[in-house]
Amino acid sequence: MTKILIRGAKVLGGEPQDVLIDSETIASVGSVPDAAGATVVEAEGKILLPGLVDLHTHLREPGREDSETVLTGTRAAAAGGYTAVHAMANTFPVADTAGVVEQVWRLGRESGYCDVQPVGAVTVGLEGKQLAELGAMAESAAAVRVFSDDGKCVDDAVIMRRALEYVKAFDGVVAQHAQEPRLTEGAQMNEGLVSGELGLRGWPAVAEESIIARDVLLAAHVGSRVHICHLSTAGSVELVRWAKSKGWNVTAEVTPHHLLLTDELVRSYNPVYKVNPPLRTEADVMALREALADGTIDCVATDHAPHPHEDKDCEWAAAAMGMIGLETALSVVQHTMVDTGLLDWAGVADRMSFRPAVIGRLHGHGRPVAAGEPANLTLVDPQYRGVVNPVGFASRSRNTPYEGIELPGRVTATFLRGKATVMDGKLA
Amino acid sequence: MKRHLISAADLTRDDALLVLDTAEEMARVADRPIKKLPTLRGRTVVNLFFEDSTRTRISFEAAAKRLSADVINFSAKGSSVSKGESLKDTALTLEAMGADAVVIRHHASGAPHRLATSGWIGGSVVNAGDGTHEHPTQALLDAFTMRRHLAGAPDGGPTYHREPGDGTGRDLAGRRITIVGDVLHSRVARSNVHLLNTLGAEITLVAPPTLLPIGVETWPCEVSYDLDPILAKTDAVMMLRVQSERMNAAFFPTEREYARRYGLDGARMAALPGHAIVMHPGPMNRGMEITAEVADSGRCTVVEQVANGVSVRMAVLYLLLGGNEPAITTARTQENNDR
Ligand SMILES: [Zn+2]
Repeated sequence: MTKILIRGAKVLGGEPQDVLIDSETIASVGSVPDAAGATVVEAEGKILLPGLVDLHTHLREPGREDSETVLTGTRAAAAGGYTAVHAMANTFPVADTAGVVEQVWRLGRESGYCDVQPVGAVTVGLEGKQLAELGAMAESAAAVRVFSDDGKCVDDAVIMRRALEYVKAFDGVVAQHAQEPRLTEGAQMNEGLVSGELGLRGWPAVAEESIIARDVLLAAHVGSRVHICHLSTAGSVELVRWAKSKGWNVTAEVTPHHLLLTDELVRSYNPVYKVNPPLRTEADVMALREALADGTIDCVATDHAPHPHEDKDCEWAAAAMGMIGLETALSVVQHTMVDTGLLDWAGVADRMSFRPAVIGRLHGHGRPVAAGEPANLTLVDPQYRGVVNPVGFASRSRNTPYEGIELPGRVTATFLRGKATVMDGKLA
Repeated sequence: MKRHLISAADLTRDDALLVLDTAEEMARVADRPIKKLPTLRGRTVVNLFFEDSTRTRISFEAAAKRLSADVINFSAKGSSVSKGESLKDTALTLEAMGADAVVIRHHASGAPHRLATSGWIGGSVVNAGDGTHEHPTQALLDAFTMRRHLAGAPDGGPTYHREPGDGTGRDLAGRRITIVGDVLHSRVARSNVHLLNTLGAEITLVAPPTLLPIGVETWPCEVSYDLDPILAKTDAVMMLRVQSERMNAAFFPTEREYARRYGLDGARMAALPGHAIVMHPGPMNRGMEITAEVADSGRCTVVEQVANGVSVRMAVLYLLLGGNEPAITTARTQENNDR
């Protein structure tokens, strides 16, 4: 069956319309009375969005298949409404050669659940010393455009400058994990009132902000574009806002968890809340929401970071950093941004699909819901309310901070080039 | 009292006074020819030490043995723990051995909290020092020592270095306690601030700004970067151990400069009021935070603090494990406070 009729969906939250998919393409949008031979998806009351695009996903393959594989990670992505994810380079081996990025890219294509666009490492082995073969990765079958040492900061100012300059040759972007290493040695959580009381080594906001300040100045100086990963502080927002006001080519992302959770949760010493960058304060959360609403922050990126149970079932200091997020991202964004009136569904489409696709220079994703476009679509039931239960997750890992919390919204269908990867809320 | 003792903040004023008053009774047992009570016969107390601290371990061991408990010492050194066995697996082992209480010392802040709240064990957990977080029994023995000296006289006032008195039923209302040194890395300081505040004392922390945590201005205490102006308004001064390695991380320039600005020497001791005492959680760095002259003076309570540590830990184990049975054959006086 090659035709699918999505009937009565609110496209980007607007008036109900019928959307006809023919094979891999959207055939028409509007009123489609005649759907002979088409599978009908009744979508009354549901929101139709362009397929979501994640700029920041850790799929863990190759090397840590005990926590996630490309297959389980892309199934989780599809369940969360994503049709494309950027796979971060901190695998084993590191994705710092054409060979590794092509391997990850191929695994993604074979999975069939979600396109996987590999991110290339900026430096060999993420060690911050020597540039990786960025050009070879750009020219490979994976056509890498986003480069990042994520997990580690490119802290050497000269290396960062050269990387920013070099990727201009193929319209690339450096995505910086902003963390000044000396200021964060042994750091365990946000430095503030809570860290002082808990006796956990603090992670000051300035460690993030000083790198962002440097990098936006560097990007301006050499005329390159720079992307800032997972902004987490109010000060970072101010710096990005300032850089944009200068007309500099700076983009930024925020994670769902930084839009909702604060360092008060660390009082439980439960390592499920241990993450890099750390959970910050209520004031930071509010500043991040506002910045996402006004466009200072371009997009939501999950920083989906799977870890096996034993890496979190231990004392705080011994635990791994990171939390999974693909399957809860849209619900958290609805909860923090839509239900609060900060963003409408068209805004969600912009911050979770259009803009990340543009930053990542993806083709065929982040496109308007219109005739002739690739049928990458996500159908959402915004009325749904449910308690998060990780037992049902498609991800191989369970390190979600939302277990037991009620969140709104649910992805009921996802289409990747016309093929349903999720239907009736279940993976196809 | 709660089932565990993780933070000094877990103790209400009544809880704290109950521990201190019980410790007074325990101290009297120590003066008897036979120092043992049958109270915890048949109960098992495990000392689980992931960090070397012979002093604290011996203190807990003596406390448990004087209450007739069976004691198992489990040291991480040379055990499977150093080979990568997790805190969880160790806990499950102890649970299988039937531990009624686990006294845990750990280099990671929050490890006792995890042990108590993760469902790994069913017994009581006593924090014997976790990372740079808390050391509640140290704070209790400090408060016990302060109460004996500063509220131990028959009129409830200071004892002026004669035999320490018995402050049973009294708190530390209005007593001025100055804590000097590496507050940032000190679990002793954190627990003391909580407990002394609960007991009504007025606390001043003195340290170079580099050794104070961010947010200390929100703590229930005063903060000063200078020691000298505080001395005349101090009833007890507690000198924290300062590790000279901190110098290498640029917390202060040299040991000499630290000692000059924040060390307690004879001249500074002379500036204290006549009744004031000098405390130290030990082990002391003589010549660093305290001079030999002060350490060996009659105003320094270091040795007494060690003895009081056993009494206080007996009280804690008894109250957590012994239920409502009287600790000693004579009925305990429950007359709570209200001086
Ligand atoms: Zn990162």
